[in-house]
Amino acid sequence: MESGQLFIILATAIASATPLVFACIGETITERAGVINLSAEGTIMLCAMVGFVAAKTADNVWLGFVAAALVGALIALVVAYGAITLKQSQIAIGFVLALLCSDLSAYLGNPYVRIPGPTVPPRFAIPLLQDMPFIGPLLFREGDILVYAGYALIGATWFYFYRTRGGLTLRAIGEQPAAAFARGHNVIALRYAYTLIGGALMGIAGAAFSLDFKAGWSYRHTAGYGWIALAIVIFGGWNPLRAALGAYLFGVLQSLAGVAQSTVPNVPTQVFTVAPFVLMILALVLTSGDWLDRLLSYLPVNVRRSLARIIHTAPPAALGRPFEQD
Amino acid sequence: MNGAAAPQTMTPPARAAGMPPTFYRIGAFAISLILVALVILISGASPVTVIGSMVGGAFGTADQIGRVIATLSPLLLCAAGLVYTFNAGLYNLGVEGQITFGAIAATWALRLLHPEGATASLLPPPVAIALAIFVGGVGGIAWGLLAGALHVYGRISEIFAGLGLNFAATGIAIYLIFGPWKRPGVASLSGTQPFDESLWLGTFGKTEATPVALALGLIALLMTIVVMRNTYFGLRLRAVGRNLRAAYVLGVPARRQLLSAFLICGLFAGVAGALQVVGVFHRLIPNVSSNLGFLGLLVVMLVNFDPLWILPVALFFSALNIGSLQLPLSLGLESSLSGVIQGLLVLFALLGRGLAQVYGRKPEG
Repeated sequence: MESGQLFIILATAIASATPLVFACIGETITERAGVINLSAEGTIMLCAMVGFVAAKTADNVWLGFVAAALVGALIALVVAYGAITLKQSQIAIGFVLALLCSDLSAYLGNPYVRIPGPTVPPRFAIPLLQDMPFIGPLLFREGDILVYAGYALIGATWFYFYRTRGGLTLRAIGEQPAAAFARGHNVIALRYAYTLIGGALMGIAGAAFSLDFKAGWSYRHTAGYGWIALAIVIFGGWNPLRAALGAYLFGVLQSLAGVAQSTVPNVPTQVFTVAPFVLMILALVLTSGDWLDRLLSYLPVNVRRSLARIIHTAPPAALGRPFEQD
Repeated sequence: MNGAAAPQTMTPPARAAGMPPTFYRIGAFAISLILVALVILISGASPVTVIGSMVGGAFGTADQIGRVIATLSPLLLCAAGLVYTFNAGLYNLGVEGQITFGAIAATWALRLLHPEGATASLLPPPVAIALAIFVGGVGGIAWGLLAGALHVYGRISEIFAGLGLNFAATGIAIYLIFGPWKRPGVASLSGTQPFDESLWLGTFGKTEATPVALALGLIALLMTIVVMRNTYFGLRLRAVGRNLRAAYVLGVPARRQLLSAFLICGLFAGVAGALQVVGVFHRLIPNVSSNLGFLGLLVVMLVNFDPLWILPVALFFSALNIGSLQLPLSLGLESSLSGVIQGLLVLFALLGRGLAQVYGRKPEG
């Protein structure tokens, strides 16, 4: 493959992965606090619709993003109330919301199917950074403001998680809520807050689809992306950098599928739209679980240790469990 | 809570002053109905007109009643199968893929038994159909056990193993429809070449409902009720679902129980997929599962995993699905309103259950 083609593949991947970056970071924040928001599929779809309708009605793209973030946070509020306050199964509530919000987007979004609407203003380059060899033009020339916002979000989340006191508390309430509570942190309120923030980011992901990367609205416009975002969070081992990497990897798979479509003529093109989803989950299956541990046991001890540190990920210890305060 | 004021009270005051648990459940149900009305109003229609149109769309003609039954049959199979996985503590979201793979397997069997261009099938049609349904069941089992093995031996969340296999089954179906099994001439989303009419499952009169599918659905449900209430197997399954570790320590073969739950659910879902192929579509289509698996999950969640209530709820949900198909024709609305109603009912049933547990007054004693 020549470098020009590689460049195009990577550039397409970065653009198409950007909404997923927002969704995966949002879900990572929520799950790190100990709550699973399984509604991603419905949240992203409903927020894509709401964002598009709000932006069209107000004739302002940014209001669309605000509306989508609010709706995403509202759905997350239902998850938080059911999971944290009422202590019901987070999986059940999230799953029902995933189906409910998808259908709601189809029902209420019906009058807005395939009509032109506002989109995020044109792409621009960042002056100094774009002059770096290869990486410059790839990351900083063609991107639009959301691509850059995605980079910023990844960096800021990583910094918050691992370099601030607030991030330490966030991780504590997902790992050892009782200990965090004993140190004077309000576990319930913090879990609500992080679930809402995560939901708002998922909402922004939805609007990023309908107002930018997949501009417009149609029936089941973002089908599949919510489920894949949830899988990427696990693939990413609940680490914002790895989750973002997973999202970009999915983007690469998608743009490779686009290339393969034209180069492998005897496989029907429709297969390539499903293939990235299958491959991504396959990657999840291969990296989680204990298959790799068994393979690793054949390696020399020192290699095994360092490899295991890279591969091994564990969910937050209190993920999905309600917190009993008294 | 207000520890200094009443240090002796064992229960918090909120619980002592709470209403009876049924109050919260009925209240939550009422809120879900109000929200349904609100959603209809937002779309610019009148709730009364919409509900009237849906009732007419579900029960207006024999044809429509037939379609409700045609939807009910596979839904009963899926819901019955999901009772096993839910009671084992599993969220088998892979049920969609199990339906799809059952449909693929059944189509494969029928294509072998009646090759394209042949004038008659190799076996008498009733035998061929029965065999196809059987092969569909085997296909469903394979797909269910695959998710089960990933979960039990690979320690992958059954949710993501299932979702991944759903995507994979859809991918395989699409590959076959556009590739090796494509219609002579143009391949299209409308599916493979329809089977010879001799291989179509018989129906009630001219409707879409087939007695065989309905009977299989009811048998599966009845069997499930008996197994869950009266057998040691059902008891052990519930034990595994309540507390996997404890059940294992007490000598329940936990892995075998979990895999059995996947197997039975896969079997029922695979049969449902085969019935979709031989009874409803008469060919393989990309969306052969028609979201019936996910609908089955909603049904079983609404009845709180108790198979006794599946029949009325599944019938109601099927009627909603078919009734809503009238909406685009008569009122220009989208048919996914049925999904909105189903989702709101289940969501608020779950929330109502939680409210009753947290705030409801405990029975005296």
